Amino acid sequence: MPSTYTLIKGETLASSAASYTFSAIPSTFTDLVLRVSGRFDISNNGGRLRFNGDSSALYSWNRVTAISIAEASNNTTYGSPYDTFVYFPGVNSSTTTADTFSNNEMYLPNYTASAHKPVMLNNVMEQNTTSAGITMLAGLYRSTTAISSIALTSDGGGNWVSGSSFYLYGVKNS
Amino acid sequence: MANPTRIEVNCTTGEVLEIELTDAEVAQMEADAAAAETQRKADEKAAADKAAARAAILDRLGLTADEAAILLG
Repeated sequence: MPSTYTLIKGETLASSAASYTFSAIPSTFTDLVLRVSGRFDISNNGGRLRFNGDSSALYSWNRVTAISIAEASNNTTYGSPYDTFVYFPGVNSSTTTADTFSNNEMYLPNYTASAHKPVMLNNVMEQNTTSAGITMLAGLYRSTTAISSIALTSDGGGNWVSGSSFYLYGVKNS
Repeated sequence: MANPTRIEVNCTTGEVLEIELTDAEVAQMEADAAAAETQRKADEKAAADKAAARAAILDRLGLTADEAAILLG
């Protein structure tokens, strides 16, 4: 069980932004944890997660989402361009209850290893209605290059609204 | 009107840059939005087709959705 958990960098947006990128991530940790409290200014609730600025078709993902009592699942069989990033739905959008933000956590173990990089992502879309949702996602970045940057954007071309927050933590296992 | 911005934070130096998107990046965002909308409509159609096929089977069997749920539960 990891014994350390250190804040690398984090902030809350003072104004909207189309993307948020952590760059020059130190390679001194074992794992990374990314916590995002986010909301988009458009109706599309999908987000994109991309590593090292790499937009090649090296990404795989499978997700299960439950909104209200309905369930949905899909994966990279969407095809291009959905294999050029990890797609994650469930970010609060402009159609959800005002001033609510989704709660997202992403865990990236062994991010410096010379092996493919798995990512676990869980999130909840907050709502004061019956259509709140939860997503569980398994992602894979099929590159052996250490992860040194992480970018988060909207799938639908929107912006992260002011008040969205992004916190990156490093975990050491010794 | 100014383009949207992107934020890049350097985790080593702590420097935070707020960078205005280029016109090419804005065009890419718009293309992303169009692709996402196409995918959303495809998902909706697939779900509607599945529901219609299910309803047709239930109709042939003379069952209501609740009765089918009891059978399959």
